[in-house]
Amino acid sequence: MSLVDVRNVWKRYPGKTVLENVRLEVDEHEFVTIVGASGCGKTTFLRMLLGEVEPCQGVIEIAGERLVPEPRADRGVVFQRYSVFPHLTVLGNVLLGLEFADSRVLGRTFGRRRRLAVDRAEAMLDRVGLLSSASNYPSQLSGGMQQRLALAQTLITEPSILLLDEPFGALDPGIRTDMHSLVRELHRELGLTVFMITHDISEGFSLGSRLLVFDKPRLDPHEPDLYGATITFDLPVGNRPDLDSVVENLNVT
Amino acid sequence: MRLLNRRPGNIGVVASAATPFVLALVVYVAASGVRLAENPDDKLLPSLVTVGEAIERVALTPDRRTGDYILWTDTAASLKRLFIGVGLAAAVGLAVGVPNGLLPWFGAFFSPWVRAMSMIPPLAILPILFIVFGIGELAKVMLIVLGTAPFLMRDIEQRVRELPREQLVKAQTLDGTTWQITLRVVLPQVLPRLVDGVRLSLGSAWLFLIAAEAIASTDGLGYRIFLVRRYLSMDVILPYVVWITLLAFLLDFALRRVNRRCFPWYGV
Ligand SMILES: Nc1ncnc2c1ncn2[C@@H]1O[C@H](COP(=O)(O)OP(=O)(O)OP(=O)(O)O)[C@@H](O)[C@H]1O
Ligand SMILES: [Mg+2]
Repeated sequence: MSLVDVRNVWKRYPGKTVLENVRLEVDEHEFVTIVGASGCGKTTFLRMLLGEVEPCQGVIEIAGERLVPEPRADRGVVFQRYSVFPHLTVLGNVLLGLEFADSRVLGRTFGRRRRLAVDRAEAMLDRVGLLSSASNYPSQLSGGMQQRLALAQTLITEPSILLLDEPFGALDPGIRTDMHSLVRELHRELGLTVFMITHDISEGFSLGSRLLVFDKPRLDPHEPDLYGATITFDLPVGNRPDLDSVVENLNVT
Repeated sequence: MRLLNRRPGNIGVVASAATPFVLALVVYVAASGVRLAENPDDKLLPSLVTVGEAIERVALTPDRRTGDYILWTDTAASLKRLFIGVGLAAAVGLAVGVPNGLLPWFGAFFSPWVRAMSMIPPLAILPILFIVFGIGELAKVMLIVLGTAPFLMRDIEQRVRELPREQLVKAQTLDGTTWQITLRVVLPQVLPRLVDGVRLSLGSAWLFLIAAEAIASTDGLGYRIFLVRRYLSMDVILPYVVWITLLAFLLDFALRRVNRRCFPWYGV
């Protein structure tokens, strides 16, 4: 059974169809990259997986259960912007998920439990290379650091699915490459299933194990909003675990 | 260099800021001198000496009847009303504005109501307040609350709605409950905005305070101004007005400091 099962999903807004008849099955540990023209409904699709937007028609199942239309802890997310909390320090941002889990009433932990949480958060910050900025506020970080913080904050609660909406769209190319290797490593280490939207086709090809192209199969030139987009291509690509080991072997020799 | 690129230096900033104040004082002294030369009993523009004597009378000499220093007891009475009134309004603003902005069902019930209530001119219902609450402290405080709370409720509601949708989604993916998200994500971000809202509403709070004191009171800065008006005592009214202005300025300054000190992440 596949982890994510999208069956004949439609999304319409008044006067326009955004997505039509989207079908997709994704297994655990896959790294799915999503490309498509601007405005074709990629973010809408991601927000449906998130539970923030409800399909008008069709079913989304995760691990065999129908998706509750509400964001849940099994699906972490990083947006292009606004993913971190400006009023919390870097450490505070990463602690938040742990504190939510630990204290239902105050949403805050104290004493020994807090020290344990801080240890975990610091280990996570170290993993993404932000430990030295732990006491800074997000506004004092660069764009790339903010996105790494957003990753750390999301991953601390151990989601099984990671949803990324153009997370590196605003970063310059050098930093983007660093982020690629980070995401690729985290994907492998934590056994995540990743969905990542990107505008950068080469990113789509190199980073993922599977590339989805969203496009409109039918287009009425007089009424472009009449038909919606769907998955027109579904390709196995670059970063496949089986290929990875081959590449590593090549590097060694 | 273009005019829009020329800036005053450090000394220039202070000097430019002080100039209009000094000028106003000079104009006043000159005008007062002219009028007093014509009629030494003129009350409209008392000389600085007369004003100084009046200040000494109200601020530094105990009142013959009560033994109080009038300016200080007036100030204490007024500030107490102002603080209680604005404090209550801020609490109400938070308690109604946050759920109005965050919870669709709550907002559906109360948001239109708040909008309608905020259209009532508070001074128009001042007589009702006096009838309902008597002419004691409560009515005066209530006028300030009713005068400033609607603005604060709407302002806070708006600020909560302005929080990026992404943040609330993110907090939910971290498994936060509505209550936890309110407590850890919404409230801390709204507090500095509340302080800003309070700063903005202090102006009308003073207005309602002075209006209420003018109509029904036995002490307070507004009461005093309207009392001595009967004797055309400009020598008392003018320092009182300056004093009220100074208090208002200091309050605004203090609140700005509070924001910078308590919420270092805000507005950077
Ligand atoms: N709440 C809404 N009401 C009406 N139309 C909407 C709404 N949300 C999205 N849309 C429409 O749905 C379409 C798809 O939007 P979406 O954000 O999913 O595109 P996208 O593929 O992510 O584009 P981009 O690559 O520019 O981010 C757009 O045309 C947008 O106008
Ligand atoms: Mg998008």
